[in-house]
Amino acid sequence: MNDTGRFSARDTQEDQVAVTRSGKVRVAALVTGAGLLLTACGGAKVGETGGTASAGGSKGCGTFNLAVNPWVGYEANAAVIAHVAEKQLGCKVVKKDLKEEVAWQGFATGEVDAIVENWAHDDLKKKYIDDQKVAVSAGPTGNKGVIGWYVAPWMAKKYPDITDGKNLNKYASLFKTSESDGKGQLLDGDPSFVTNDAALVKNLKLDYKVVYAGSETALITAFRQSEKQQKPVIGYFYEPQWFLSEVKLVKVNLPPYTEGCDADPAKVACDYPPYELDKIVSKKFADSGSPAYTLVKNFTWTNDDQNLVAKYIAEDKMSADEAAAKWVADNPDKVKAWLPTS
Amino acid sequence: MTALSATRGVAARLPARRYLIALALAVWAAGWALLRGHDTFALGGAELTPLHGALNEAMDAVDDSRNSNPLFLYFINYIRLFIDQAVTAVQALISQPALGRPVPVLGWLGVTGLATAVALLYGNRKVALLTAAGFLSFGALGLWQESMDTLALTLTAVALSLAVGIPLGIWAGLSDRFNRLVTPVLDFMQTMPTFVYLAPLTLFFLIGPASATVATMIYAIPPAIRITAHGIRQVSSDTLEAGTSLGATPAQALRHVRLPMAKQTIIVGVNQTIMAALSMATIAALIDAPGLGQTVLKALQTLDVGTAFNAGLAIVIMAVVLDRVTSAASRRVEVQRRAGRLRTTRGRRLEVAGVLGVAGVLAYLSYTYVWAAEFPVAANAGPYVRRAADAASQWVQDSLVAYTDAVKNLLTNQFLNRLEALLTGTPWWLVTIVAVVLALLVGSVRAALVTAAGLLLLVLLGLWQDSMVTLASTIVATVLVMLLGVVAGVWIGRSDRADTVLRPVLDAGQTMPAFVYLVPILGLFGATRFTAIIAAVVFAAPVAIKLVAEGIRGVSPTTVEAATSAGASTWQLISKVQLPMARSAVTLAASQGLIYVLSMVVVGGLVGAGALGYDVVAGFSQHQLRGKGLAAGLAIVVLGIVLDRVMRAATQRADVAAHGGPHHK
Repeated sequence: MNDTGRFSARDTQEDQVAVTRSGKVRVAALVTGAGLLLTACGGAKVGETGGTASAGGSKGCGTFNLAVNPWVGYEANAAVIAHVAEKQLGCKVVKKDLKEEVAWQGFATGEVDAIVENWAHDDLKKKYIDDQKVAVSAGPTGNKGVIGWYVAPWMAKKYPDITDGKNLNKYASLFKTSESDGKGQLLDGDPSFVTNDAALVKNLKLDYKVVYAGSETALITAFRQSEKQQKPVIGYFYEPQWFLSEVKLVKVNLPPYTEGCDADPAKVACDYPPYELDKIVSKKFADSGSPAYTLVKNFTWTNDDQNLVAKYIAEDKMSADEAAAKWVADNPDKVKAWLPTS
Repeated sequence: MTALSATRGVAARLPARRYLIALALAVWAAGWALLRGHDTFALGGAELTPLHGALNEAMDAVDDSRNSNPLFLYFINYIRLFIDQAVTAVQALISQPALGRPVPVLGWLGVTGLATAVALLYGNRKVALLTAAGFLSFGALGLWQESMDTLALTLTAVALSLAVGIPLGIWAGLSDRFNRLVTPVLDFMQTMPTFVYLAPLTLFFLIGPASATVATMIYAIPPAIRITAHGIRQVSSDTLEAGTSLGATPAQALRHVRLPMAKQTIIVGVNQTIMAALSMATIAALIDAPGLGQTVLKALQTLDVGTAFNAGLAIVIMAVVLDRVTSAASRRVEVQRRAGRLRTTRGRRLEVAGVLGVAGVLAYLSYTYVWAAEFPVAANAGPYVRRAADAASQWVQDSLVAYTDAVKNLLTNQFLNRLEALLTGTPWWLVTIVAVVLALLVGSVRAALVTAAGLLLLVLLGLWQDSMVTLASTIVATVLVMLLGVVAGVWIGRSDRADTVLRPVLDAGQTMPAFVYLVPILGLFGATRFTAIIAAVVFAAPVAIKLVAEGIRGVSPTTVEAATSAGASTWQLISKVQLPMARSAVTLAASQGLIYVLSMVVVGGLVGAGALGYDVVAGFSQHQLRGKGLAAGLAIVVLGIVLDRVMRAATQRADVAAHGGPHHK
């Protein structure tokens, strides 16, 4: 409200304040002096360290935008591909941490060049490959995906016939929880994966209720506790997955998959199909002639390879880069087969 | 309006209101027993209604028009460029290699020095010390760069939120019409789960800082607008009249009376905006926002509780530092206003020059020398924190699980399952009728209308049963929050020592990303609705406790003294004097607690709550379910608005009953 001019007329008060302030100023000057002294003492200067951040012979690879979906197996694929692209092809790799749906959208907006482990997603393939024509398939990764119902190893040992889906009703009461309305609880998991479980329970006439755990974290914790506390749990899971090297879950066999038995999701009464995990790249990237595209296209490895790198990351707590470097150093022949021939 | 007050008068005069409520509940219970399972609209996890399909197609249509629509070409693209540039500039300054250097412009010494200087100049010495310690701890946890990335994004989002929010807040403070218009929009922004608009946002603003910033702003702007408006409004009419009678124009009154008087409140708004922005750090990481959120999410993929906790701790520290500095700044403003301006400009100038001088030297050092630019690796205590957190989490999961299972089963079977059966088992029309009657009896005609409209909307959205499941969990969680809120709130309100000890715990509960403690509580309670309730209580109870404590502390000491000298025991003092007098604070705590519980519905969906939370998560993860996810998000908003309006109406009615008549402002 008042303009400051009126206050500055109060000389006496101002002087007092100025005096007390001057003490502070002196301290400030001292500190500044000390700082300058330190400067004189020196230390390595920024830029003198000879940082060779981006060496490597650039062979016209340019920037390679690699989506990283949020599970460790994917990260293993991405880490190895990124490592080879950077070190052997001289690309500038930009990893983008994205959920699948967002990663696919990235093909349309031109911000993602490649997805390197894709689980089916027929609806997204239709939208982005067939309709919008912004993406193309780059072939299988060599990994075989399995989806199904699993129990912890102690259960398979104690109740050997539980792995046959026909016997599930016999054990339904074991799996009762506070969530399952007096029926057996079938724990469903990560909503990112396709599930027919509600229909399966109905069509196989099982006395179970599907309970949605909602995340991979919740599923893994449930299985981990099941093994540790000998608590019965049956739930939806998948391979390859790093957790299986910690607790070797056992798959329950449902009526085997036959071509087309899952055509009508409401009437499905068979096990999940085997998945050929594949790679998807943007159309632009495929047409660019980038050596990184050739690398992605040629990249294949086995479930064991992926599990090993995933184990480095998940259990040995290596960073993704360290894990990839270690695997690449140990498997030069496999890597060589992926590189562009020219 | 007359009709409204007439019915209110009638309702208030009805002697048997309590019996009517009991009667409505009895009708409901009878209806449940007779009509169980009829008209309950059950819908399976992957099942869709035509509306969900239509929403899906509508979203696809928006996707496809992205490249041809002028709105995108000329408007959104420029906003995106501007925000991207702003974030990148701040990152270049403090977090990312820039200007061809291997390190950012300012190293750890410079950033710490500048932050401390700001805390000293706008706050006080104590918070300056806290700031220095906090920033050093980012380095000590081994997370300097990640912390700076989070800080860069948060600061940019906050600055932009305030640039938009404060002017709109002033407008809403001055204009009743605009305020009425904007309030439901703000409700919507605050209760709509982020997961619903996260993926579409990346279509508009592309993957990168702009999308993350906009997502953060959507959640952080509402408090800025609301609290600013509140500050402008609460300036007393006497003061304003004095100004007007001296011939001040409205513009002058705003500049010279309203704004200065509201300054402290506006700073509280800044504080809340910062907290809201920081709470988005983890979720924004789902669309590649850099920083601590990434560390948390990555760690969660391998259930690495230690690493997640380490990063969560850095977020908590950042929140506490920013909170204390802005609070101190707000108090300083208040003190200065009350005392008139004590310090003269020259004195202040000298202080500023001195402090900035030191900070400038530190900044220069960190620009030039490697030791001041990169935090020394030797000082990294992160691994110890990680191991300790891991061990603690393991111990809790292994040794407490026997007890927690029993508690979970007891509470779930006795309360949750019964309430849920009542809500989901009764025909929708009976639930709606009973709810409307109850809203009329405890609240007002308007609340009853909102309830009717809201519940019908839930039916239309095709998610009636899921909504009822979520409602049951929400009610149980809110009751637990209030139990804790009143007990701990009274304790903290009466004892300063309890306050000092517990406040950091409360702050941690509010700001620690839920993802960090999900693993241990999943280990204890399994993937159940109860786990979701616990997560919601951890997040919502601190707010309720703080508000109740504030209310208890606000009871005038003379009243307390009078009661004590009249021979009241401690129990009588609490139950007959302090709690009743803090009643408005308690009701505020209940409504805020409820909103916070609702904001955890989606996190609940990640740990076994199913229903609406799961629908939203699934919609975010699967293309064919995103229409349903959007509908579920809308259903959460509807639940929030209905519960909030009923609660407010009930509070108002209680106030009227207590004070013997409606008060006019």
